[in-house]
Amino acid sequence: MSPESTPSQRLADMRQAAEEQWRELHEPEIPVIYVGNATCGRAAGSQETIASFEESLAEKGLEARLVKVGCLGHCYAEPLVIIHYPGYPPLMYQKVGAGEARVLVNSFLKDGSDPCFEYLFGALEPNDTFPTLMDYPRYLFEKRVIMEHCGLIDPASLDHYLAVGGYQGLAKALEAGSRRVVQEIKDAHLRGRGGAGFPTGIKWEIAANASRHPKVVICNGDEGDPGAYMDRTLMESNPHQVLEGLIIAALAIGASRALLYIRAEYPLAVETIQQAIDAARERGLLGADILGSGFGLEVEVFQGSGAFVCGEETALIQSIQGNRGMPQYRPPYPAVAGLDGLPTVINNVKTLSTVPVIMRRGSNWFKQIGTENTPGTAIFSVVGDVEYPGLVEVPMGVTLEHLITEVCGGIKDGKPFKAVQIGGPSGGCLPASELRTPIDFDSLRQAGAMMGSGGMVVMNDEACMVEVARYFVDFTQNESCGKCTFCRVGTRHLLAILQEITKGEGSEEDLEELQVLSESIIQGSLCSLGKTAPNPVLTTLRFFRDEYLAHVREKRCPALMCRELIAYYIDLEACARGCDACVACCPTEAIFTTSNRKKAIDQEKCVKCGECVYACPPEYDAVRKVSPPEMIPDQGIEPLAETEEEDEK
Amino acid sequence: MTDLPATNSDELDPEEQRVLAAIEAELPSMPAGAQNLIPILQRIQQTHGYLPRGGIYLVARHLGLAPSKVFGVATFYNQFRFNPPGRHPIKVCLGTACHVKGGEIILENFARRLGIEEGETTKDREYSLERVACVGCCALAPVVVVGEKIESYVTPSKVEGIITEIEVRREMAAREEERNES
Repeated sequence: MSPESTPSQRLADMRQAAEEQWRELHEPEIPVIYVGNATCGRAAGSQETIASFEESLAEKGLEARLVKVGCLGHCYAEPLVIIHYPGYPPLMYQKVGAGEARVLVNSFLKDGSDPCFEYLFGALEPNDTFPTLMDYPRYLFEKRVIMEHCGLIDPASLDHYLAVGGYQGLAKALEAGSRRVVQEIKDAHLRGRGGAGFPTGIKWEIAANASRHPKVVICNGDEGDPGAYMDRTLMESNPHQVLEGLIIAALAIGASRALLYIRAEYPLAVETIQQAIDAARERGLLGADILGSGFGLEVEVFQGSGAFVCGEETALIQSIQGNRGMPQYRPPYPAVAGLDGLPTVINNVKTLSTVPVIMRRGSNWFKQIGTENTPGTAIFSVVGDVEYPGLVEVPMGVTLEHLITEVCGGIKDGKPFKAVQIGGPSGGCLPASELRTPIDFDSLRQAGAMMGSGGMVVMNDEACMVEVARYFVDFTQNESCGKCTFCRVGTRHLLAILQEITKGEGSEEDLEELQVLSESIIQGSLCSLGKTAPNPVLTTLRFFRDEYLAHVREKRCPALMCRELIAYYIDLEACARGCDACVACCPTEAIFTTSNRKKAIDQEKCVKCGECVYACPPEYDAVRKVSPPEMIPDQGIEPLAETEEEDEK
Repeated sequence: MTDLPATNSDELDPEEQRVLAAIEAELPSMPAGAQNLIPILQRIQQTHGYLPRGGIYLVARHLGLAPSKVFGVATFYNQFRFNPPGRHPIKVCLGTACHVKGGEIILENFARRLGIEEGETTKDREYSLERVACVGCCALAPVVVVGEKIESYVTPSKVEGIITEIEVRREMAAREEERNES
């Protein structure tokens, strides 16, 4: 390698070996098995699947290559396995447990005779024999920009990332220089994906123009929003893309120090990123002289200790400095004076993961995706009562309805849609009438919700909106750092009122009180934790007022969720004589035998866990749920006399 | 500077004394400077499973900080715990998805089954029970983390199953040991 070769040439040299490896994997001579092995895959049992593959292959004396990949985002289908048998297109199988893995080895991998159609989901490439993934709406309607390679490459292999075009954006950026990189990101109109949607290019420009040195970039991976996990998935499935974005950001503002702030609750993400940093340093993609360009950068990992408020830039900086994570007054903005008073740019994991793609493909390409005001894609973790939960990446501007009904398959078990909660504790609950709202920062804010970090919980008619609001206020009340009185004390009062309502002790005046208090909290709080904390209350009050009224006027929970307001009873008409299924499952022994040898529930002992509903065989389906509890009909229940019980035994 | 509060060392159980001695031995090798406070606390917790009260004073002395400052930081963050975890720490996820699917009920079932409240450890230090905000496996809700293992789609009867499984394994290990001894 000549000393004057450009970063692109150096990268090209590095890629040759990587591409050779990649070809071996994609035009295989022996079967290749890819197993999704990120946190959610492991939760579904991918480790057992891997062990079973290894064992069965060894038993049969077969040769195959096992590749542990990250997460495709299709959580409903985990553990996910892709098998590339020579002569076949790569085939995807879902829900492959240890048993299925064994069957696949014995029937398919043995000699390639039977691709096990019964477990097959689809082929990754067009072909004449198998349906392809594109025949499914979940794949067809997605647009993968940030997650393009997630679940298809080995996160521990730098070569895999290089082979799919990795670090080309960095090489280009190194050649273009700081000013043109900032311009490119500004032209792309990239907006921060952390929630607020601030233009990334402008943030970078402010820091680049700041006169103090050295400068710092921080990747914010403190995903504290309960219900969102896309940052974790990106860090676990494609760590180098995050890293490349971070290096480009450092180059753009002229930083010599970079930090990755990752939640300590994500041990696998911390490990994967650390591995990626070491690998990149070894190959000269980090360190004193990156790709021979003269630009140097060191990256370190800082583990966040779990405080939701640390998602706020100034609080995050406080926690790195060893303090309680309390937000500070702005200005000065961190881009001017941040960590240790130095100019600091803080970008979200998703934002940084988008940067390499923009650098590689150009801002014009990027702007074709999404809307004019918010180009690009959005990643949502759609969970709750949808058919196909998981991570979904769609272009900005598609409607909520499209996302929920088309892409994610609609509500599970054909139940009616009730609400979708967007943006976690800072967001709001939107009803069916708002489903036409397009997904982008501005439209969602107008509807009263928030993009937030992209958590989305879809709920059917069994979810009580008052209870959901209570849950979120309980969360923010716990996570309030205590600096501002309105946030600290106000959320406490909000919670107390909501608790009373869910217990049936609220009054109609309470609803007015909730409204006023919410507005005061928004006005009286410094950071966006407090400013958005009342959103779940305000949106539910606005869209689901009837439900609040049922709680305060009739002491009734229409969704049958608030446990103080419901009761379970067994319908003696439906209950089968002599069946004991519910008795065995009850954790508090609240179920007893009646004089006609059927079952009944002792309301004093019942903790309303609902387990008997599931235990009751579907052909009887005798357990009923009512609200308010007084609705239990009088069935003239007499417990079985004790002497008779003795006889029975 | 800050000295250890006058405690009658007889009051500390031997286990805690051992941990404190270990922390005292480890601290000199850890970096100084207030910005290292959180990483140091994390390292102590990683090694010993919790931050003993006396350990807070040791860290304060090491970094030249007021113990109140160290307490302030340690109690601010959810990660730090001040009582030893059980050999089988149970963390019940109460993220949004888990909550909607009845995470609270699962937590209650563990509490009832183990006879401890959330945040506590059983007397024999076998089990400890905690709630966590979100482990990021929302599609598998409700989720419980037992030790390192993530249990998905948990129901009250699965709670019973999880505990029984651990108990059976303990029993088997105890018998194995007995057999080896005899």
